[in-house]
Amino acid sequence: MPAETATRADVLADVPHEPGAPKPDPIVVVDGMRKAFGGLIAVDVEHLEIQRGVITALIGPNGAGKTTFFNLLTGFDSPDTGHAVFDGQAIDGYRPYQLAGLGMVRTFQLTKSLTKLSVIENMKLGAKGQRGERFLPSLFTPLWRRQEEEIEERAMELLRRFQLDHMRDEYAGTLSGGQRKLLEMARALMVEPKLIMLDEPMAGVNPALTQSLLEHVKRLPAEEGATVVFVEHDMDVVRDISDWVVVMAEGKIIAEGPHSSIGQNQAVIDAYLGAHHDAPLDPEQEDEWLREDRLELGDVPPLREEP
Amino acid sequence: MTGIDWGFILNQTLARSLDLNAAVYALAAVGLNVHFGYAGLLNFGQVGFVAVGAYGMGLAITLWQTGPFVAVLMGIGFAVVFALLLGIPTLRLRADYLAIVTIAAAEIVRLLARSTALRNVTRGAEGLNEFIGPFRELSPFNPSLLYGIGPFQYRGSQFFAIVIGWVVTLLTLLLVWQLMRSPWGRVVKAIREDEDAARALGKNAYWYKLQALILGGVIGGLAGMVLAIGNATIQPDFFVAPLTFFFWLVLILGGVGRVWSPVVGSIIFWALITFVRNLGRAMVNEGLIPTSIMDTSQVDQIQFWIVGVALALLMVFRPQGIFGSREEMALDAR
Repeated sequence: MPAETATRADVLADVPHEPGAPKPDPIVVVDGMRKAFGGLIAVDVEHLEIQRGVITALIGPNGAGKTTFFNLLTGFDSPDTGHAVFDGQAIDGYRPYQLAGLGMVRTFQLTKSLTKLSVIENMKLGAKGQRGERFLPSLFTPLWRRQEEEIEERAMELLRRFQLDHMRDEYAGTLSGGQRKLLEMARALMVEPKLIMLDEPMAGVNPALTQSLLEHVKRLPAEEGATVVFVEHDMDVVRDISDWVVVMAEGKIIAEGPHSSIGQNQAVIDAYLGAHHDAPLDPEQEDEWLREDRLELGDVPPLREEP
Repeated sequence: MTGIDWGFILNQTLARSLDLNAAVYALAAVGLNVHFGYAGLLNFGQVGFVAVGAYGMGLAITLWQTGPFVAVLMGIGFAVVFALLLGIPTLRLRADYLAIVTIAAAEIVRLLARSTALRNVTRGAEGLNEFIGPFRELSPFNPSLLYGIGPFQYRGSQFFAIVIGWVVTLLTLLLVWQLMRSPWGRVVKAIREDEDAARALGKNAYWYKLQALILGGVIGGLAGMVLAIGNATIQPDFFVAPLTFFFWLVLILGGVGRVWSPVVGSIIFWALITFVRNLGRAMVNEGLIPTSIMDTSQVDQIQFWIVGVALALLMVFRPQGIFGSREEMALDAR
C-alpha cells in the first residue's frame, strides 16, 4: 500500500505548489468558471486542473464555494461564464445524467439513499446502459433478464466489498448513517466512474465506520481506476487520504499542493483564521487576556464532567 | 322488527361495487397510482385526463366519422397531447408546480368543452350524444335485457361498457405490474424517492417523469372512454374537480404504490357509498330517522360525510391503506 501511494504522489512531484498549476495528465480542466448569486460571487475559479488517477481534496472554510463548485462541475447548477473539459471533452451545458454517462459521478453532502428501495435495488439503479430502462423493452422480461442478472452479480460483489451484502433485501431507509454513506459510494461505483466526486463523505459517520470508509476511498484509484475528488472539513482525513489538496476561499482557488505544503501556506492560514490573527501580542498582554478569559469561563459550570 | 329490506340494500351494495362507475374510478385511480404511487407526481387534475380521453373518442366519431377503434386511438392521442402540454413546462420545476397546473388545466378542459365558442365542436353544455352508434354495433348484448349472475345484474346497454371497463382495468394492472418490476420501474421509483440521486446516477429524470405522466394520463383517458361508452353521452359538467379527489380517495383507500389497490379501493368506495345511501333512505322511509332531522333527498349529501369519517378512521388506524406497507410508511418519518 505505501509503495502505491508513493507512486501516486510521485506523479505530482514536479507540479508547482501554486493555484492553477498545470498537471501532467489532467482529467478535468476548468477555465474562468464564475457563478454569482445576486451580489455574492460564490465561485470564481480562473484555472484548475485535476490530475487523473489520484485523490484530490477540496478544502476551505465554510462558504468558500466548494459545494457550488461541485454543483457547477457536475451539471447540477450552471455557471454564469466559464468552460470545463472532462476527459478531453468540453462539457459546458451538459446535464447531470449526461455527465454520469461520460463517467463523472458524484455523491451528496446529505446522503441520498433511496429509502423505499431495497439495498440491492439501490445498487442496480447505478448500472449504465440498461435495456430494461427503456419503456418498450421493459415490457418484455426476456429482453433484459440476462443483463439484470449480470448487474445483480456485480452489485453483490460491491456489496460484499463494502460489507453490506447481509442487508441486500432491507429497505435502504433502515440503514444507519454510515451504512448509507457506504451504500451511496458503492452505488456510485456501479456507474463505473472515471471520476468520482464525494461531497463530505465522512460527514455524519460514526468514528467506527470512518476508518473503513477511508480505506474504501483510498483504494478507489487502484481498484476501480477512478480519480477521486472530495470535499472534507476534517484535516486528519485530508492528511490521511489525499495526494493533492486544493484550497478554496471566497470562491477562489487560493492554494494548491500536497497536504504538507498547505499547512504553512500564508494564504490558507489567513483564509481560515483571518488576516490579522497573528498580529504581534505582547506576552504580558496575552497573559492578561487569557486570565480574563478564564475568569469569565469560571462563571459557567464546566462543560464536561468526568465520571 | 322493522321493514328495512336488508336483502335489497345488500343486493344494491354488491351490484354497485362492480358497476360502471367502480370500473371507471378504478381505472382513473390506476393512472393516479402510476403518477403518484410510483413516480411521485402530484396530479390534482386526473379528471382532466378522463375528460380529454372521452372527448377525444367522442369527437373522432361526431366530427370525423371514424370507426370505434380509431376513435379510441384518438382518445389516447388526446391524453398524450394533454400530458405533454402539462408536463413539458412543469416537470423541470418542483413537484408543487405540476399540482397547481393540473388542477387548473382540468377546469380549463371542462370550461372549454362547455364554452359557446366551441359550440359547433363540443356542443357546449349539452355534450356529445351521437357517438355511441358504432359501439352499440360492437356490443354482443341486447340493450333491453338484464345480464349477470346473482346480485350482479346489469342492463345490456351498460353491460358492454362494464365488461370492457373491467377487462381494460385488468390489462392496465398487468401492464403496471410488469413495468414496475422492470428496471424502468426502478428508475421511476428512484425518482420518486430522490430525483437528484437518480440524475447523479445518469438517469434523465425529466424524460422518465414525462413518460410516467403520459402513461398515467392515458390510463385516465381510458377511464373517460369507458365512462362515455357506458353512459352513451359525454357531458362537460360531469368532469368537475371533486371527481379527482374521489379518485385520490380510491387510491389512498387501497394503498398508494401497490398494483391492486385502486381496484380494491374503488370497489370498497362504491360499496360503502351505496350501502350508506340505501340504508339512510330506508331508515328515513321507515321513520327511524324523523323527517325533522333529515329527509330522503338529504341522505345523498350525508353519504359523503360518512365516507369522510370512514376515511378519517382509516387514516388513523391504517394510514398506509388496505394494501400499503406500514414499514414503508415508517421510513418516511425517519
